Amino acid sequence: MSAEAMSHSTAGQGHDDHGHHAPLKPFLLRMFTTTNHKDIGTMYLVFALLMLLCGGLAAMVIRAELMYPGMQLVQPDFFNQMTTVHGLLMVFGAIMPAFTGFANWMVPMMIGAPDMALPRLNNFSFWLLPFAFAILIGSVVMSVLGMGSAPNFGWTFYAPLSTTYGPASTDFFIFSVHLMGISSILGAINVVVTIFNLRAPGMTLMKMPLFVWTWLITAFLLIAVMPVLAGVVTMMLTDRHFGTSFFDAAGGGDPVMFQHIFWFFGHPEVYIMILPSFGIVSAIIPVFARKQLFGYPSMVYATASIALLSFVVWAHHMFTTGLPLAGSLFYMYMTMLISVPTGVKVFNWVATMWRGSMTFEVPMLFALAFVVLFTIGGFSGLMLAITPADYQYQDTYFVVAHFHYVLVTGSLFAIFAGAYYWLPKWSGHMFNTKLAQMHFWSSLLSVNLLFFPMHFVGLAGMPRRYADYSMQFADLNFWISIGGFWFGASQLFFLAVLFTIKRQPKASANPWEAQEGLEWTLPSPAPYHSFTQPPEIK
Amino acid sequence: MGRKPSPSTQSRQLRWLAIGVVGMFAFAVFAMPPIYRVFCELTGLNGKPTLANAQAKPEAVLDRKVTLEFVTSVDAGLPWTFRGNLTSVDVHPGQIHRVSFQVENLSDKAVIGRAVPSISPAASTAFVKKTQCFCFEQQTLAAGQVVEMPVVLYIDPALPKNIKTITLAYRFYRQPDIEQKI
Amino acid sequence: MRSSVIVRLLLAVPLLFMSPLLLASSSWDMTPGVTDISSQVFHLHRTILYVCIAIGLGVFGMMFWSILHHRKSKGAVAAHFHESTMVEIIWTVIPFIILIGMAIPATRVLVAMNDTSDSSMTVRVTGSQWKWNYEYLTYDDDKSVGVSFFSVLSTPREQYERQGKGFGASNLPDFKAHPNYLLEVDKPLVIPSGQKIRFLITADDVIHAWWVPDFALKRDAVPGFVNEIWVDVPVGKEGIYRGRCAELCGKDHAFMPIVVEVKTKADFKQWLAGAKVQAEADAKAAAASVDYKYPSIDVAMKEGEAVYVARCAACHQVSGAGLPPMFPALKGSKIAVEKAHLQDHIDIILNGKNAMPGWKAILTPREMAAVTTYERNAWGNATGDLVQPSEFAK
Repeated sequence: MSAEAMSHSTAGQGHDDHGHHAPLKPFLLRMFTTTNHKDIGTMYLVFALLMLLCGGLAAMVIRAELMYPGMQLVQPDFFNQMTTVHGLLMVFGAIMPAFTGFANWMVPMMIGAPDMALPRLNNFSFWLLPFAFAILIGSVVMSVLGMGSAPNFGWTFYAPLSTTYGPASTDFFIFSVHLMGISSILGAINVVVTIFNLRAPGMTLMKMPLFVWTWLITAFLLIAVMPVLAGVVTMMLTDRHFGTSFFDAAGGGDPVMFQHIFWFFGHPEVYIMILPSFGIVSAIIPVFARKQLFGYPSMVYATASIALLSFVVWAHHMFTTGLPLAGSLFYMYMTMLISVPTGVKVFNWVATMWRGSMTFEVPMLFALAFVVLFTIGGFSGLMLAITPADYQYQDTYFVVAHFHYVLVTGSLFAIFAGAYYWLPKWSGHMFNTKLAQMHFWSSLLSVNLLFFPMHFVGLAGMPRRYADYSMQFADLNFWISIGGFWFGASQLFFLAVLFTIKRQPKASANPWEAQEGLEWTLPSPAPYHSFTQPPEIK
Repeated sequence: MGRKPSPSTQSRQLRWLAIGVVGMFAFAVFAMPPIYRVFCELTGLNGKPTLANAQAKPEAVLDRKVTLEFVTSVDAGLPWTFRGNLTSVDVHPGQIHRVSFQVENLSDKAVIGRAVPSISPAASTAFVKKTQCFCFEQQTLAAGQVVEMPVVLYIDPALPKNIKTITLAYRFYRQPDIEQKI
Repeated sequence: MRSSVIVRLLLAVPLLFMSPLLLASSSWDMTPGVTDISSQVFHLHRTILYVCIAIGLGVFGMMFWSILHHRKSKGAVAAHFHESTMVEIIWTVIPFIILIGMAIPATRVLVAMNDTSDSSMTVRVTGSQWKWNYEYLTYDDDKSVGVSFFSVLSTPREQYERQGKGFGASNLPDFKAHPNYLLEVDKPLVIPSGQKIRFLITADDVIHAWWVPDFALKRDAVPGFVNEIWVDVPVGKEGIYRGRCAELCGKDHAFMPIVVEVKTKADFKQWLAGAKVQAEADAKAAAASVDYKYPSIDVAMKEGEAVYVARCAACHQVSGAGLPPMFPALKGSKIAVEKAHLQDHIDIILNGKNAMPGWKAILTPREMAAVTTYERNAWGNATGDLVQPSEFAK
C-alpha cells in the first residue's frame, strides 16, 4: 500500500529539508546539544535500555540469592539494597524514560508537528537523568566497595526506616529522586504544550491517535503527582537533618502519614507507567487485524476515567496499616471500580481483533501477549482490592506477581511491541525477524515461568523483600529463579536485533500497511526534520 | 509555519502548568500534613486525643460500663521507668477518673522526656475526654527523681455502644538535652 | 508448518493459566486457616479467583478463537465495524454488577473483622528490630497479668548464614534438624482456644507487621501507634501456628518469625500460672544478680561471649567489626577501649541509643556486666576491665 493512496495528504514530508540542511554535528557535540525530538527520543530509549539491563542485574542478584534457601551469596542488608535499587532503576530509569522516548519520537510525527514545543527544555529534561542515576548507581558501587549501604528500604522508602534508620546514602537518594522528578515534570509540560499547540490544522483532539491521547493524560498525571513525590522526599530530608517530625512519632508526627502522601503520588504513578502502553497497543492491534480500533471515543473516556479514579484509590496500598472501617470500605469500592474502565479497554481490543484479518508479525505478538498477560495482572489487582482477602495477600509475593505482570508483561512488553513496530521508521531497516521472534517466544515462556509461580508462593505465605525463606517455598523459588535467568538471557536477542538492524533490508515508508498514522506518510528512516510544513488532515 | 500559536497562548499555558507543579509541591508539603492532622483531630482516627474542656460537667451514665486499659512504654535511649498504678479499670461513661503514673529517672543527670499517647480502638479517640494529661509536654526529671503524673479523664457517654474496652497507650520519648549554663 | 506450532503453543497457554483450578487442596493456595474469620476470608479469595478465571476464560477464549479463525492466512476478510454504543454499555454495566456482587460479602467480612469488643484477653505485641515482644495485660478477671517476654528466632545463626560455603543444593540448611527453619522461636506466644483474644500491635523502632496466616490476621506495627485486632480460635483447633513479619524492617526482616501456641483453656490457665511464677522468679533473679560478683575476668568473659553471640553479634558481628556506619565496630572502638567511656558503655547497653536497643528490660544485670566485660577485653581490646553487675543496678 503506497503512501500516495493514504487518505492523509503527503504534503510536507520534509524531503526537501534534508538536502538543504547543514551537515550534522560531530557525534558527542550532537548528543549533548541536540534539541531534535528524534535524537532526544533515541537517547531516552538507549538510556532506558541501559537502565533496564542494570535493574536486571540487580534482579539477577536477587534471584541468585533466592534460588536456594539459606543466605548463600550476599548479606541480608545487601539483598535489601538490591531489591531497592532494582525497583528504583526499573520504575524511574527504565519504564518511565522508555515511554518518554516513545513520546519524543512519535508524538510530533503523529500530530504533524516539526518537533516538541520546547526543544531546549527537552534536551535539559533528558540530561538530568544520567546525573540522577549516576548518583544512585554510585551509591551501589560504593556499597560494593564496602563504603556503606546503598538505599536499602525498598523503592517505596517508608518512614521511619528511611528517615531515622536510613543509611547515609539516603540523602543522595533524595537528591537523585529530585532530579528524576524535575526531568519527568519538565518532559510532561513539554508534551502537554506540544499536543495543545502543535497539532496540524484539522487534527482535532478526537482525531488524534490514541497513543497521543494516552500521553496527554499521562502528562497531566505527571504534572499533578511528581511534585508530591518531590514534597515527600523533601519532608524526609527535613526530618533527617532539619529538625522536623513529619513522620516521627516521638516528635508528634505519624509514619502512616508518609504512606498516605507517598501513595497519593504512588498510585497515579503506576497508571503513568501503564497508560502509554495502552496507547501503543491500541496503535498496533488495528494494523495487524486490518480493522479499525473498536470504540475510539470510549477508549479515550476510559483512559480519562482511569486517570481520574487513580487519585482516589491510594490507600489500597495501606489496608493493613490500621485504616478506619469507613476508609477501608471506601478504598475497596473505588479500587474495584477502577477495573471497569480497564476492562472496557480490554474488551475493545478483543473486539478490534474479532472478525478482523490477523497476521502475527512481532509487534502483534507482543501486543497480543500484552492483552492476555496484562489482564492477568489486572485480575490479581482486583483480588488485591478485596480488603479482607488483602490481609492475606499484602506484602507477599502475590503482590510481587501482580505488579510484575502489569509492569513487565504489561508495560515492558508494550515497549517491545512499540519498538518493533516503529524501529523501521526510526532506523530505516526491517529488523531481523528470526531474532525478534526468538526474543518474543523466549521472553514469553521465561517471563511466565518467572512470575506466575510467584502467585502461588505468595498465597502459600512467603512475604516480599525476604532475603531467605522457609523450606516449603524452596521448590517454587528454584524455578522462579530459573525463569529469571532465562528471561534476562532472552533480552540478549533484543540486543542482537538492535546490533544487526543496519544490515537488514531497507524498510519502506509504511512496511506494516497501516491505514492510519501520519508517521507512515514519512519515508523510513524519518527525515531529521519532518513536517516542517504541516500536513493536510482530512 | 502558520499554526504556531501566539507566544501569549504558549506562555499562558506554561504559566498555568508551572503554577500547577509548584502548587502540587506546596500542597504536598504545606497542606497535606495539616489536612491529615485536622482530619485525625476531628475523627480521632489516628488514636491521638486532644485535651477536653476542663469546665465540662458530664453526666455519669451508671447503667453502662467501659473498661479502660493503660499500657506504658519507654523509648530506647530514655533511662526512665514508667508505670501506671492501674493496668485496667472499669468506669461509667461520664464519670471523672484520675489515674496516676509513676516516672523515675534512673540516670545520674537531668533528662527531658515527652509522652505521646495512642488510643485504641481509633473510633473511641474522640470520646476519651482528658481534662488533665502530661502528654505532649516536656517533662524534666532531675537525676534519680521520681514524679507522679496524673491523667484526669472521663468517657463521653456518646461513645458508640459497641465499644466496651478502650486502651490508652503512653510512650515516653527522650528529648534533646538542654545545655546547663552555670 | 510453523502456524500449527504456534497454534499448539497458544493452546497450551490457557491450560497454564487454568492451573489455579488445580489449587483445590494444594499447598500452593492460601490457607483456609482455623478460625471462622479466616475461613470467610478464604472463601472471599476463592470467589474472586473464580470470578476472575471465568471472565478470563471468556475474554481469552474469544481472543484465541479470533486468533485461530480471524486470521489472514485462513483467508479471513476483515469486517468494518468499529463501534457499538449498546455493546459498550453492556460490558460496562455487567462488570459493575459483578463487582457489587463481590463487594457485599467483602463488606460483611470486613465489618466482622473490625469488631474487637468483648474479648477475654488482651496481649500487647511489640515489634522491634528484629524480634517480637508479647505482654499479657489482662485475662478474664485478672486485670494485671504482668507476664511479658521476647520471642526471638531460634534457628541457629550458622544455619542461615552460609555465605562463602558453596552455592546450591550442597549448601542447604539442615532441614532435618530444623524442619521449621526460620519459623521457630525460643518462646512462642501462648493463647487459649475458645476465647476472644485482643491484640494491641505496636512497634519500638520502624514499622513491622504481625501476620499469622492461619488466623487471617495481619496488621502493621507502627511505632508510636496502637492497632487493635482480635482472634477467636475455636475449641478443637489447639496447636502451633506460625507466622511472619510482613513489612520491610531492615536487614533481618526475614528472621523474626511468629509462633503462636494455642492451648485449651484449662491448659492455658496452667501455663499462665506457671509463667507468672517464672516471671516473678526471673525478676527476683535479675534483681539478685545485681549482688553477684564475678570472681575473674575470664569467668565474666565466658558468660559474656555467650550473651554477645546471642544478642549483639547480629549487628556488631562475631568479630566485633560491625557493619559501619550503620552498626559501629566494637573492636578497637573508643567506647569499648577507653576508661573515660566506661560509663557511656554501661549507659548505652542499659538504655540503647537510636537504632541500638536498650537491654535493661531484656538482660539481667549479671548478663549485661558479662557482655560489657567481654566487649572491653575481646578482639584485642584488652582493657583489663572487669565490670560487675552492681554497675547495672536499675
